[in-house]
Amino acid sequence: MVTTVEIEQLRIYMYVIGTALAVGIFYYYIIYLYRSEKKGDKDYEKYSNLALDDELDSKILEKNPKIENDKKE
Amino acid sequence: MQSNATLEYDYTIAKLYMWTAVIFGIVGMTIGVLIASQLAFPDLNYLFGEYGTFSRLRPMHTNVVIYGFTVSGIFSTFYYVSQRVLKVSMGESKLLMGLGKLQFGLYLIAATGMVVSLAMGITASKEYAQMEWPLDALIVVIWVIWGVIMFGLIGLRREKTLYISLWYYIATFLGVAMLYLFNNAEVPTIFFSGGLGAWYHSVSMYAGTNDALVQWWWGHNAVAFVFTVPIIAIIYYFLPKESGQAIYSYKLSLLSFWGLMFVYLWAGGHHLLWSTVPDWMQTMGSVFSVILILPSWGSAINMLLTMKGEWNQLTKNPLVKFMVLASTFYMLSTLEGPIQAVKSVNAIAHFTDWIPGHVHDGVLGWVAFMIFAAIMHMAPRVFKREIYSKSLLESQFWIQTIGVVLYFTSMWIAGITQGMMWRAVDEYGNLVYSFIDTVSVLHPYYALRALGGLLYLIGMFMFAYNFFKTATAGRRLEQEPRYRSPMA
Repeated sequence: MVTTVEIEQLRIYMYVIGTALAVGIFYYYIIYLYRSEKKGDKDYEKYSNLALDDELDSKILEKNPKIENDKKE
Repeated sequence: MQSNATLEYDYTIAKLYMWTAVIFGIVGMTIGVLIASQLAFPDLNYLFGEYGTFSRLRPMHTNVVIYGFTVSGIFSTFYYVSQRVLKVSMGESKLLMGLGKLQFGLYLIAATGMVVSLAMGITASKEYAQMEWPLDALIVVIWVIWGVIMFGLIGLRREKTLYISLWYYIATFLGVAMLYLFNNAEVPTIFFSGGLGAWYHSVSMYAGTNDALVQWWWGHNAVAFVFTVPIIAIIYYFLPKESGQAIYSYKLSLLSFWGLMFVYLWAGGHHLLWSTVPDWMQTMGSVFSVILILPSWGSAINMLLTMKGEWNQLTKNPLVKFMVLASTFYMLSTLEGPIQAVKSVNAIAHFTDWIPGHVHDGVLGWVAFMIFAAIMHMAPRVFKREIYSKSLLESQFWIQTIGVVLYFTSMWIAGITQGMMWRAVDEYGNLVYSFIDTVSVLHPYYALRALGGLLYLIGMFMFAYNFFKTATAGRRLEQEPRYRSPMA
């Protein structure tokens, strides 16, 4: 039989572990973003141009492979 | 897909929502000024019989400005921005276009139903969820259609990567969908009462404290997913585009996005501090509210830094002015909220006028300013006409800014005065003041708030006039402006 105190303790452990895990994932994401840019795998900053070059005839930044881009190239 | 040789973005639906945003803005804010005036001058309650009382009009004000003005603004920007950043036209899919028109038609029916039912006093009695079950069901249909259009456009996109604004629109769709369904889970009474009562009445699925928890899980996240997330979507597109400046840090926008998504959902408990909900849940609400400063300021600072080296635009372009001040108000509001969520501060702030003061520096300074700027940025592109008057926009900016400042400063003073007076006890522990004492003391601040609201409303009318004239009489443009919106 699980007592109320045990449930309360379990809740505290889950809360602390959950928060630590979330913080860990978040920091890993920061490291991942910077590392992948440093290695040259990704260039996140170029995506800012999606708002600036947004005409239908603007150059496509990264072509969607699932769509045939007819005369867009 | 069609060849893009003759293809253009199709702004039919965006335009329709721009008009409803303007109309609902006028209606919602006019009611707001009336009820603010009623608080200062109670005789104004008797202007229109039962239809003009504060209790009848207050939910109408909140619902019209949230679901009429703001949601129209969000939809109009979505139908504009999504096409452009995905490089796909709505006109390329008859299905999506048809669904867009259907969604707008149903939205109009729901919005009219909302105004009429609230005017008649039909309410589910839940904050920001007063609409009764038939309208709730209709809204689910509208939302699902929006989702189909959103993911339909994404499916047709030419650009592989989804721009950050799209992330925020998707989050708006998912967040509201989940919370709306949970909070509006209700039982239509007629089906379980042997036919008694009105067909449109319902009772909540939850009771007591559980009902309050679900209610504020929704209530606060209506602020999150209607007043914050989609407005960030708007600023991440319109500020860079209008200023011609790329976002300062795209990586920071991604980080702020995930931070906001994770943290915001847990902050609603701060509405129930010192109530019957479990203590750990109240603490969690406080803690997450304070952490919320980080992702909020991450987005706001990113926006301000986007203007780095280009601050001169602030003096030349009123739309940039609106958006930069909106970011600043976003920072103010997201610092003020966490302060109010600290338990000891909340002991004074709860139930006082400081709370509507906080809400309004956010909605007037951040949400509405962004919607005004976005609509005026879109207007020359969708109507192919120059903005009718720059000086009108400039005047609107200053009149409304003074209005917001009057609103929140008066409510800060009123709220803290109220909180202190309610708590004041003499040496025997008896309350020093009765409720009516606070009402008398607060009168000048209520009058000031009404004046602030009136200034804001005047600005709203100026905006509506400027918008109408832009759409109908602005100088015709030969070419679509690339960045800065042309204005006379």
